[in-house]
Amino acid sequence: MMARLVFLGRLADLAGGAEREVAPGSLARIMADMGPELAQALAGPRVRLALNGALVAGDGLVLKAGDELAFLPPVSGGSSRSG
Amino acid sequence: MVSFLGQVRADSSQQGDDVEALELQHYAPLTLPGMEALARDVLGRWALDGLLIWHRVGEMAPGDPIVLVAAASRHRRDAFAAADFAMDHLKSESWFWKREKRAGQWAWVEPREQDYADLARWGQAGV
Repeated sequence: MMARLVFLGRLADLAGGAEREVAPGSLARIMADMGPELAQALAGPRVRLALNGALVAGDGLVLKAGDELAFLPPVSGGSSRSG
Repeated sequence: MVSFLGQVRADSSQQGDDVEALELQHYAPLTLPGMEALARDVLGRWALDGLLIWHRVGEMAPGDPIVLVAAASRHRRDAFAAADFAMDHLKSESWFWKREKRAGQWAWVEPREQDYADLARWGQAGV
C-alpha cells in the first residue's frame, strides 16, 4: 500500500496534480525522488506540512503505508480586496 | 447584531483585467476545524449571544458571496470587534487558497503583507 501526498494552492500546479501516490519511506527520500524544482518549492520556509490532518515538522518525517502528507503553501484566503 | 458579507469583486486584486471567476480551495482536515477553533477563540474574547462564521469553497463569479461573519451581543462594541477579529483571522490564517481567473488565465493569489498587518492589530503574528 502506498502513501499519499497532497499539494495545495500553487504547489499543485508545480506538482502537475493535486495528489500523488508514493512508496512509504522517509520524507527525505521521497523529496529526493522528485524533480529539483518541485522539491525546492516543497521545502520552502513558509510551506507547512500536515500528516493525516495534523500539522507536523518535516525533519525526520517518515511516511507509512496509508499516510497522507499535505504540503500547505502560505494561505491566501482573502488577500484580494474582497473584504 | 453585526454581520459582514464578503463578495467576489469584479476588479482584480492585481492590476490588469477584471476577475472573471474566483476559486477558493480548502484542505478538509484542517479548514473546518481551524474555523471552529477561531470561533472558540472569538467566543472566549467577547461576551457574545451568538456567532456565525460561514465560508464557501469552489468556483465563484463576481458578485457571489464568499464569506459571512455575524456576531450578536448585548454590547454593540463587542459585536463589531468580534466580527472584525473573525474576518481578519479568516483572511490571514484560515486554511484557504484563492486563485483568480483573468483573461481566461487562472493565477494563484499570493498573501499580502496587509493580511499579516491586520493580525498585528490584535497583537498577534501571522501563521
